[in-house]
Amino acid sequence: MNRLTELYRLMRRIRAFEDAAEIASQGGVAAWGLAAAAKPALVRGPLHLSTGQEAVAAGVCLNLVREDLLTSTHRGHGHTLAKGADPTKMMCELFGRASGYNKGKGGSMHIADFSVGMLGANGVVAAGIPIATGAAHALKIRKQPHIVACFFGDGAANRGPFLEGLNWAQVFKLPILFVCEDNRISATTPTGPMTAGEGVSARAQALAIPSIKVDGNDVEAVDAASKQLTAEIRAGGGPRFLHAVTYRFKGHVSVDPGTYRDPVEVAAALKLDPLIVARGKLLKQGISATAIDAIDTEAKDEIERALAVAEAAPWPDVASAYEDILDTGAGVWQ
Amino acid sequence: MSTMSYAQAACLALQEVMRADANVVALGEDLGRGGVFGQYRGLPQEFGPERIIDTPISEANIMGAAVGMALAGLRPVVEMRVIDFALCAMDEIINQAAKNRYMFGGQGRVPLVARMPIGIWSASAAQHSQSLEAWFAHMPGLVVVTPATPQDNYGLLKSSLASGDPVIYMEHKELWGVEGEVTAGVEVPLGKANVLCEGSDLTIVTWSRGVGVALEALSTKAFKGIRPEIIDLRTLWPWDRDAVFKSVAKTGRLLVVHEAVQVAGFGAEVAASAAEATGCKVRRLGSPRIPVGYAQVLENEARLSPAKIVAAAEALLKQ
Ligand SMILES: Cc1ncc(C[n+]2csc(CCOP(=O)(O)OP(=O)(O)O)c2C)c(N)n1
Repeated sequence: MNRLTELYRLMRRIRAFEDAAEIASQGGVAAWGLAAAAKPALVRGPLHLSTGQEAVAAGVCLNLVREDLLTSTHRGHGHTLAKGADPTKMMCELFGRASGYNKGKGGSMHIADFSVGMLGANGVVAAGIPIATGAAHALKIRKQPHIVACFFGDGAANRGPFLEGLNWAQVFKLPILFVCEDNRISATTPTGPMTAGEGVSARAQALAIPSIKVDGNDVEAVDAASKQLTAEIRAGGGPRFLHAVTYRFKGHVSVDPGTYRDPVEVAAALKLDPLIVARGKLLKQGISATAIDAIDTEAKDEIERALAVAEAAPWPDVASAYEDILDTGAGVWQ
Repeated sequence: MSTMSYAQAACLALQEVMRADANVVALGEDLGRGGVFGQYRGLPQEFGPERIIDTPISEANIMGAAVGMALAGLRPVVEMRVIDFALCAMDEIINQAAKNRYMFGGQGRVPLVARMPIGIWSASAAQHSQSLEAWFAHMPGLVVVTPATPQDNYGLLKSSLASGDPVIYMEHKELWGVEGEVTAGVEVPLGKANVLCEGSDLTIVTWSRGVGVALEALSTKAFKGIRPEIIDLRTLWPWDRDAVFKSVAKTGRLLVVHEAVQVAGFGAEVAASAAEATGCKVRRLGSPRIPVGYAQVLENEARLSPAKIVAAAEALLKQ
């Protein structure tokens, strides 16, 4: 499979996952002025979709190996899937089932698969940055040849941990790729007017962290930049920074209609759908429409199967509410 | 008198105070669109971006800047969205806001109101569901307020905006949409509890979301024959000892109910104080010491319920 096909396939799998999760969440939370549905949704609770941002997750993560580590945000399905997690176990978690990655304890906002180095989505903006820095510090101290990818949103760059984490990574020359997934909005607030100066790349450069800014809807551009930056990090060059500009297709959470956005802006952004862009490029490369459609179908089928398994999966046992809380070193995990 | 939601009642209170006092401002994330729970709806239009201040995602600086604003003559309302994010501003609250007046010998005052909604918010899991009122009640220098009804959210917010010291104002995430009668102009002073029903068998002291659950318990069949006195504490610091002690002097039994984790919760303080003062029998009901899980079965373990209250009341009566 050529590189672009591989990238496209990964993006398509993420899109299929997000679309399915979105449908399963309707009526799930009585927030944003909407009433809860009479029948509980399959996905309850806040669901932050990365629909439209797939090129960032795919373009970065295809440059990682399993042993590399990753920290994510509240909008973390794409990163998790791209790092190699199993969409069935992910869907089970979104459905709150015992067979989910977090045993039904975390849900969408805390999705994680430590077995592939995905150290967790996070409910607190920018909270992944110091954690990623510490993980990179550990890799360095333990002389492991791997790196950390640290994803965060544009809004996170205005919290203190952004400065503290970047500075730390540079001071200790840590193997870490900071990825600002810039969808230009933070919940209901456009990030631009809330952010002073030339933006996140300039902030990284002020700390002498080399930075590349890319069109985050062009998966080849994200891939190329990530390839270069991860190679530099692996060669011992210290931290690097990737600023990928993209767009959040959906509301802040799945049940948020996003009425605070200019419909003209949204319509324009939808035309730059990273999947449409990549499909166009594949066709130009001579890949047939039938072959691309087959990838789409395969992705949808995979997620259909995940949905079926998740819906039939068992709920957590009440007793598990008291597990994974206290280990006083006696060798007994509670 | 009109019917409005808990969120609208807060809007009304803030609107009245902002009309009367040009020094009152509000700052926080997403306020420009009325706040994510609609708790500032309409205010940006009326007061403009200078007084309803949309901020970057910078909790530490939002809180710290509010301390500075207060020292320089404003009366800021700080919006933390949920208490879980106020944890990003703990130095600013605890070391700066709470200590200022005392540490500087009374030279300055920090009359800010920091809104940080507590509680379980259905299916929002461990980082968006905490009830941390005990942390703040523990801290000298802070006033701690936990409104349970639309009327109280109106009245207590107004009183908080007249406080001379920083107020930790904890609305409950699952009460935003609750509707009730609100009479404008009714004062709800800080530090005054509300006796919701009189009884002689035991005293139930609770606050915030616990109030509704206690009243629900009262209406269940299981409670037939038991006559509790139910007290909504409303303010956790300063708390209305007189009202509680008076009640337990009559009933001889105190059950404290809160959604927060029971271990080292504020219920322990109320129970111990009441026992010391009156020798009454005490019992606490709070969450087990577990984070709030995502799946409904796990979340329910951490939730209060009428059945849990009935069971605790029965156990107390047998004590
Ligand atoms: C410390 C903190 N403050 C506020 C929030 C509420 N919140 C959740 S997501 C979000 C917007 C984040 O914007 P950005 O970092 O750009 O990520 P995006 O949602 O656009 O992916 C906010 C304010 C939070 N989760 N954590």
